[in-house]
Amino acid sequence: MKIHEYQGKEIFRKYGVPTPRGILALSPKEAEAAAKELGTPVVVVKAQIHAGGRGKGGGVKLAKSPAEAKDLAQQMLGMKLKTIQTGPEGQTVHKVYIEEGLAIGQELYLGVTLDRATSRVTFMASREGGVEIEEVAAHSPEKILRESVDPAVGFQDFQGRKLAFGLGLTGPTVNKFVQFCSSLYKMYMETDSSLVEINPLVILKDGGVVALDAKVNFDENALYRHKDLLEYRDIAEEEPRETQAKEWDLAYIALEGNIGCMVNGAGLAMATMDTIKLVGGQPANFLDVGGGASKEKVTAAFKLILADPAVKAVLVNIFGGIMKCDVIAEGIIAAAKEVQLKVPLVVRLEGTNVEKGKELLRNSGLAITPADNLRQAAEKAVAALK
Amino acid sequence: MSILVNENTKVLCQGITGSAGSFHSKQMLEYGTKLVGGVTPGKGGTDFEGKVPVFNSVADAVKQTGANTSVVFVPPPFAADSIMEAADAGISLIIAITEGIPVNDMIKAKRYLQGKPGVRLIGPNCPGVITPGAKCKIGIMPGHIHKPGRIGVVSRSGTLTYEAVYQLTQLGLGQSTAVGIGGDPVNGTDFVDVLKLFNADPETDAVIMIGEIGGDAEERGAEYVAREFTKPIAGFIAGQSAPPGKRMGHAGAIISGGKGTASEKIKAMEAAGFVMAASPAELGTTLQEAVKRGAPKKNR
Repeated sequence: MKIHEYQGKEIFRKYGVPTPRGILALSPKEAEAAAKELGTPVVVVKAQIHAGGRGKGGGVKLAKSPAEAKDLAQQMLGMKLKTIQTGPEGQTVHKVYIEEGLAIGQELYLGVTLDRATSRVTFMASREGGVEIEEVAAHSPEKILRESVDPAVGFQDFQGRKLAFGLGLTGPTVNKFVQFCSSLYKMYMETDSSLVEINPLVILKDGGVVALDAKVNFDENALYRHKDLLEYRDIAEEEPRETQAKEWDLAYIALEGNIGCMVNGAGLAMATMDTIKLVGGQPANFLDVGGGASKEKVTAAFKLILADPAVKAVLVNIFGGIMKCDVIAEGIIAAAKEVQLKVPLVVRLEGTNVEKGKELLRNSGLAITPADNLRQAAEKAVAALK
Repeated sequence: MSILVNENTKVLCQGITGSAGSFHSKQMLEYGTKLVGGVTPGKGGTDFEGKVPVFNSVADAVKQTGANTSVVFVPPPFAADSIMEAADAGISLIIAITEGIPVNDMIKAKRYLQGKPGVRLIGPNCPGVITPGAKCKIGIMPGHIHKPGRIGVVSRSGTLTYEAVYQLTQLGLGQSTAVGIGGDPVNGTDFVDVLKLFNADPETDAVIMIGEIGGDAEERGAEYVAREFTKPIAGFIAGQSAPPGKRMGHAGAIISGGKGTASEKIKAMEAAGFVMAASPAELGTTLQEAVKRGAPKKNR
């Protein structure tokens, strides 16, 4: 689950991770009042959307007076902010965060995430702060320092010092940085984060260490034990059909094409999309109905696919392991009847109870095109568009 | 022979009284798996289907049944704990089917297993392991699509493994062992581990490896193949049409920061000597093609 920068900083403060002072504003007027309250000669107006690269996209600007903060907020609120992470359509800005201006000495990068190769939480730090870290990683990986944390003992001070000295920090800043990292690790573990990225992390002219940005993602599988974090969810930032899918515990991703897909298993779902593309079609979505789906869940999945007006044909590809083909067939039939299906439907079933499933489909009285394998299913779906 | 499981494998099911655990325990018994016991804390002393005794702890079950393998169907909040319990009780092969275990739980469980040499974890979030020739099916795969034979299958995805196995069987190519390593970012056994086992198994003649976007497990597998693998090998990567930044169902299937793309993986695998399937409909025929071409050049 992604959250906003201002929410990430709220959590940082709870764990003693230093951040600038800031106030959320939902209107230009609130932005002006916030700038006045902060009282610094310069404030920063920051668009709050769930995507990075906001600075380059025009979503982070300096204001030298409360009036200017108001103007900037006026420009940002309601605008479609386009960044490298939002896609070409951009994302609408509903909130801005007004932050005090600070005397910045140096900009660094600090990230914490899982290193899959070692199965350990890893700190990454670089002197190249404020720029796209992906670029640094691609072109000069030696500029990224890494410290992997042993889960049995947690983040140790010496690791913080290694990073600090590696970054060229000196004097009292070293210990401030170590403390910063320890607090951040505690926060990462206790909230079940999957990513914490601070770009930039700044060293102030007075030697202080402050998180100027906060990108925080949580492990969705662990949210059941963090009811408090659920409040940070912002549905306005999500694709509406993806939100709906979550209610049914379906993994759904909207895509650009016109062939709706319902598949069980993430790997097979991706492979089905790949096959559709390979035979000249465009998938409208990724949809994994998961293992052990009920008839109701299949019906919900079906409705979800058909709610996309771009969908001109539907391909169902089920290989039953946990799922039984007859259950899928019942779901398909129930859903097709309920929504009065008007687009062609191609179904490929294989696995447990496959004969029972195929028989149910045959006797359903619905115009279902059966397919015996994946390629044939994709070809029939593409042909059905014409 | 085969890898990981054979006719001497005695299996416990942790979570045998739950809905997935009981359904699949029945299926495993029907297939011929030596399912010797179940574990559900608080239900010790009862039995499953009138023939499989249920125990309160893995330790009890091991003592009473001599089980050496465990399959975990325990719900996500308790699954990591169950994995560690099995390791503590002396189980040497733990196959975790459970999907949705918090990553931090798995980080700890994996660290715990490092202190238990001789214990191997497969999964979590995987379909399991099957050796058709030994009538040993441990997991959730549909048994009837398999056929005893000499092809090794290893995959990160569940249903896509079935797809591969089904196509092989249709072509008359049976399987020595099929292994699902799971789609989570932290798992017990990776491609390299399984490929090493297949490489050493005299009853496996060729292997198909099925990966997906995200992480670098496929690249590491390819490095190993280039270095040491002596058998024909075919491959496929799912997610060639996946957009970056979107998690494709599996927690581990995401292209982030431009890393973990299908094209990078395909390039690495081709360079290592894999014959790559362009489409998932051609997994079986690609394996045939790989057999025709023989082992990766350098290691022939």
